[in-house]
Amino acid sequence: MASPESAVNGPTMTAGAASKSLRNAFGGVIAFIILVLIGVLAFSIRLFSVIKYESVIHEFDPYFNYRVTQFLSKNGIYDFWNWFDDRTWYPLGRVIGGTVYPGLTLTAGTIWKVVNSLNIPLSVETVCVFTAPIFSAFASWAAYLLTKEVKGPGAGLTAAALLAMVPSYISRSVAGSYDNEAVAIFALVFTFYLYIKTLNTGSLFYATLNALAYFYMVCSWGGYTFIINLIPMHVLLCIVTGRYSSRLYIAYAPLVVLGTLLASLVPVVGFNAVLTSEHFASFLVFIIIHVVALAYYIKGILSPKMFKVAVTLVVSAGLAVCCAVIAILIAVVASSPTKGWSGRSLTLLDPTYASKYIPIIASVSEHQPPTWPSYFMDINVLAFLVPAGIIACFMPLTDSSSFVILYIVTSVYFSGVMVRLMLVLAPAACILSGIALSEAFNVLTRSIKNRKKEKENVEKKPTPSKTEKRLLVLPLEASVIAVLLLVLLGAFYVVFSVQVHCVWAAAEAYSAPSIVLTSHSNDGGLHVFDDFREAYSWLSHNTDVDDKVASWWDYGYQTTAMANRTVLVDNNTWNNTHIATVGTAMSSPEKQAWEIFHSLDVKYVLVVFGGVVGYPSDDINKFLWMVRIGGGVFPHIKEPDYLRDGQYRIDAQATPTMLNCLMYKLSYFRSDFIPIHKTDGKGFDRVRRTEIGKKHFKLTHFEEVFTTHHWMVRIYKLKPQRNRIRGKTKKSKSSRSVSSKRDVRGKRNPWH
Amino acid sequence: MGRSSTVKETQALFQSLRSAYAATPNNLKIIDVFVGFAVLTAIIQVVYMAVVGSFPFNSFLSGVLSCIGTAVLAVCLRIQVNKDNKEFKDVAPERAFADFILCNLVLHLVIMNFMG
Repeated sequence: MASPESAVNGPTMTAGAASKSLRNAFGGVIAFIILVLIGVLAFSIRLFSVIKYESVIHEFDPYFNYRVTQFLSKNGIYDFWNWFDDRTWYPLGRVIGGTVYPGLTLTAGTIWKVVNSLNIPLSVETVCVFTAPIFSAFASWAAYLLTKEVKGPGAGLTAAALLAMVPSYISRSVAGSYDNEAVAIFALVFTFYLYIKTLNTGSLFYATLNALAYFYMVCSWGGYTFIINLIPMHVLLCIVTGRYSSRLYIAYAPLVVLGTLLASLVPVVGFNAVLTSEHFASFLVFIIIHVVALAYYIKGILSPKMFKVAVTLVVSAGLAVCCAVIAILIAVVASSPTKGWSGRSLTLLDPTYASKYIPIIASVSEHQPPTWPSYFMDINVLAFLVPAGIIACFMPLTDSSSFVILYIVTSVYFSGVMVRLMLVLAPAACILSGIALSEAFNVLTRSIKNRKKEKENVEKKPTPSKTEKRLLVLPLEASVIAVLLLVLLGAFYVVFSVQVHCVWAAAEAYSAPSIVLTSHSNDGGLHVFDDFREAYSWLSHNTDVDDKVASWWDYGYQTTAMANRTVLVDNNTWNNTHIATVGTAMSSPEKQAWEIFHSLDVKYVLVVFGGVVGYPSDDINKFLWMVRIGGGVFPHIKEPDYLRDGQYRIDAQATPTMLNCLMYKLSYFRSDFIPIHKTDGKGFDRVRRTEIGKKHFKLTHFEEVFTTHHWMVRIYKLKPQRNRIRGKTKKSKSSRSVSSKRDVRGKRNPWH
Repeated sequence: MGRSSTVKETQALFQSLRSAYAATPNNLKIIDVFVGFAVLTAIIQVVYMAVVGSFPFNSFLSGVLSCIGTAVLAVCLRIQVNKDNKEFKDVAPERAFADFILCNLVLHLVIMNFMG
């Protein structure tokens, strides 16, 4: 809202200006109150999981971030940068300081430190759990600022309200989802806001702030490459459509230089900021904008005839030099096999790349393309408000609205490649829907105002009524009011349906911490499955501190964070060969698997099995990925060996390789399942819905040490090598009778 | 014949460029000299890197980027201070200079951290 100008025209004007300034101030106060309420809404809608379950960290990745934050809070920042973690990726270890995006952990650590120095005794876990809702409130306010720069405060408030509620963003930022995106989305929207502000005002101060906000984004998330490619694309678009101005230069050039330097400061990016193809677009456009700026400058100081001469001269001489430089550049870039792009970026550009070359990236469920229903689930009503917003951005087309259009188009494409990137689409969709709704309200309220005015004045100047004439085509005056009321009701319905849907989505769909599961029993009671934490606490109480645990990489972060044991592979998935080794071991018969694990000093093997309670994300369902990844590195593992006629089965029709592999045996050992079901020893797998193929077998190289209450996590111990190798001994029979459900305290039995 | 006319045109072009540039006020010319100095320093560093090798790379990067950064910021200052620019006529030159100082402070802080 424009600040009221002091009137010098006379007392009547002063009174009008004073009332206008009063109205402006009143509007400002209302806008502030609305913003505070939006912040409260954004915070509280994400608290369902804390209310329904408890204040616990969710999923897998947040456990790693939590562990890193604990380390940071205990040991300080210097030890954090120099930390070499030897409790993961045994025997390789992992350089944490150099491979983690520090933004999230540093933010939470700073909040914890500040709050504790004010003598508010919050634990690290509490700070970690509630970081995401707080930053989602900040993100809504940043969306308000951004949309205000594009269209005005009304659109800003609508966009902020929508972003506070949109389910896609809620899904990654509930209380307990302590992951990079919690902070990164705020940094993304804030950086875009500062860029647009610099573009609109041309102030170098905002350009500096823009670079610092970009630095915060680089610290927080690997998705910062989206910013450093989108902004050059927009600059190029402005240049090509003839909207070059010196404000564009001020907005872009300092950002590139400062941004590249700041990005190289972050250890995980380092020299990649200048060497990888993800950043080349920014350098290319940097050069282009300098050429264009020089051209405009020379055009400004020369006469038109001289300028034409200059152009012909430059074009003829410069073209040859340009071609030579480009040829050299292409040769340098094409000489590297991936053309300088990283694997994940290549997957974004060519969605089929990962499934052909890097099975690990293809196997992550978040990297799959989304289905159509997930669009309606995640952004709901906004899906059909976005096209209206795009049209509203064209009337009139400014630099900032062209940026928003480019943002929505690119994010729609990328969200179609990976379902995880629906999160980047959410702010864009909210901004455009806010613009659409606000423009609709503007048009209709203006038509009402002018209807009333037209009743009094017969004819005014023709030009203003030209724009209104389009509105006056609406049927009759009374029905204009009716249309407005309809739109209001429709808006309320939209808000309510969005509200109801969003609240439902937040409460039911996205609040599950996935480490604790619930189900409703027949009499309406709630049954809680806390098997994961049961298994991890068993591990931490009953094994030695230095024991190594092997499992599939999904559970690595949780095992190191909660059970505090060394693991072989975890969710970082940076070493494909190591994961393939574990996958091969799981796919091999018992003896070969024992040898592989023994060579890696593994003591315990952890397997997740859902067949007794019907938990669908267990290791048998993930087993084909283990085969594929293992087979990608070790050619003796072939996927067709595990499939009968191209079908994956575990019943009597399964292949012998499948029935003999370690994963099958460890999952279905003691396949009577008697305590839970009355299936009298038939071995019915509730997830696959068949009886299993091989029952009542014995394990020769592993022994079962723990199975959780609902049989969801099963822990096995590697049997030590036999002293006597030749012939069968009675020792194997006696060792089997010793093992029962809750047994073996982890100390070596000298009689084995 | 075409060649001599091109040469004559080129000469006329340079003459007009020179005369147009001589009309710019002195403070802008000082900024231009500063920009030229920064770019020259950057070129010297690149030539030195080509001769001697790029280890340690972070020092080279910080050196070159500091020169280019200073040049870019000086150009931004020139844009904002230039009286011919209609868009910036309500920005006081002191404000533009203060922004320039601030941005340079941030830039050189980062450079000193990164140089190693």
